[in-house]
Amino acid sequence: MSVDQLISSLTIFVLAILVGFEVISKVPATLHTPLMSGANSIHGIVLVGAMLIAAIADNPLSIFLSVLAVAFAAMNVVGGYLVTDRMLEMFKKRPAAPRGAPKPEA
Amino acid sequence: MSLDTFIRLVYIVAAACFVMGLHLMNSPATARRGNQLSAAGMAGAVLGTLLLIAAGDVSTTGTLIWPIIVVGLVVGGGAGAYTARTVKMTAMPQLVSIFNAMGGGAAALVAIDEFVRAAGIGPHTLGTAEVVATVLDVVIGSVTFTGSLIAAGKLQGIVTGTPVKLPAGQAINVVLAVVALVAAVYLIAVGQVLAMLGVLLVVALIFGVTMVLPIGGADMPVVISLLNAFTGTAVAMAGFVIDDPVLIIAGALVGASGGILTKLMADAMNRSIMNIIVGGFGTGDAGAVAAAGAATGGGSVRELTVDDAAIQLTYAQHVIVVPGYGLAVAQAQHATAELAALLEERGVDVKYAIHPVAGRMPGHMNVLLAEANVPYPQLWEMEDINPEFQRADVALVLGANDVTNPAARSDPSSPIYGMPILDVDKAANIIVVKRSMRPGYAGIDNLLYTDPKTGMLFGDAKEVLTQLISAVKAL
Repeated sequence: MSVDQLISSLTIFVLAILVGFEVISKVPATLHTPLMSGANSIHGIVLVGAMLIAAIADNPLSIFLSVLAVAFAAMNVVGGYLVTDRMLEMFKKRPAAPRGAPKPEA
Repeated sequence: MSLDTFIRLVYIVAAACFVMGLHLMNSPATARRGNQLSAAGMAGAVLGTLLLIAAGDVSTTGTLIWPIIVVGLVVGGGAGAYTARTVKMTAMPQLVSIFNAMGGGAAALVAIDEFVRAAGIGPHTLGTAEVVATVLDVVIGSVTFTGSLIAAGKLQGIVTGTPVKLPAGQAINVVLAVVALVAAVYLIAVGQVLAMLGVLLVVALIFGVTMVLPIGGADMPVVISLLNAFTGTAVAMAGFVIDDPVLIIAGALVGASGGILTKLMADAMNRSIMNIIVGGFGTGDAGAVAAAGAATGGGSVRELTVDDAAIQLTYAQHVIVVPGYGLAVAQAQHATAELAALLEERGVDVKYAIHPVAGRMPGHMNVLLAEANVPYPQLWEMEDINPEFQRADVALVLGANDVTNPAARSDPSSPIYGMPILDVDKAANIIVVKRSMRPGYAGIDNLLYTDPKTGMLFGDAKEVLTQLISAVKAL
């Protein structure tokens, strides 16, 4: 990695950290669990890295490491987004038809 | 425009989607859209990468490229999708922790593979910056991997929730840290020797275990959040190792947001992050707390009957429900919602007061109540609900303890003094549903229970609520 590359990567890194601070400090406590789960899915982006090393895996060890990395990352991404969506789907202003709490006969 | 340039642009769009997605999570009304936007960005980045590999625009010297990718995606994606669809909402913290372990593990594996490849060529193949990033990635990723699995085990009850005292206490951690430091310095300053990376890996994996074991079950949410921030950092480091800006951006975002979230949680418990990591405090697991006898602190406790409570609730104008950990344990959120709906039909105004750390994870109570179809405008956060308590005719406390203890405001000698609490004692009447007089997670008496305005209903939250529902119906 050249010095120029390193500096530009570090710039990106630092700015992204500041953006992260800024965006999160406004989230209400109500949404902390979905938020944690949602942020958790974002770091599943490591899947991109896992696939890139899979593309150059030419020996048994590398093949083993990359298949494990792809599987781990894929579980992180797919599971993370789905479960966050499942949680957020339940946050409703006015529930249309309660299913958990059966309507008491008035 | 070449394909490579196009995909780089796709990566930038993906990063923007992550930021916008997190931003939309500011409000329950837009949060779902935010998550979907974030997912769309992720899908774009993954498809773009697949396209790059298919077109041979990146280095594709691998021998089994597609089998690896397909097997990995199908197995990992399938496992993720299955668990995400089937998990119970109460088990959410464990699942988040497991997914987090996967992310940390993947980040470490990416760096290990890069290192192995370079070390195969010669001991000085990687530049210093790459070695530093590799070392950080492997250490953070491995600690996260084992640490998150232990945390999930503690929440699930597979690993004991009580703080485990290591034989030599913190000495083990100090030794591990020193060994890791020596290995890291060797790798950076002397030479890129595979065996040293192996030492670093093993030490980091052990450290993940010894770091989390001594921490009490009730602190696991903070630990998970911290480990989540770790994974973000590890992924950013993996971005440095393979020189990929999208990994750096996404990783840094998660690192920062996880850090803030950890701080917010620790603040809500009035403890420092350091204090939690050092551990040994709080078991959080109601079953693990030794029944410390009738710890009433000298005052007398008034016991209510279910019928009295039902009358108080039905003829009240304003009722505030205070759900806590015990409610989640008893899985009584549906019964709570049913009782609230019943009271509302009878013209009672019902609000829920949610302490920031109610449930097994900050915001967890909101998810559990949302699952029971409680509309989110009824869920009030601590700062907004506290002024409302003086207007409330009845405060119904369901399995919440320390977060309602007035000693946090009035008694400087109390261990929880200064912790932000719900001002339940300001309500005209207080009904506490509780299994027994056992003290809560901080192990101290709750002055609220001996308040003359307070009536206690002893029993399992779910059973008591079911009885209350039929009593209210009968009125």
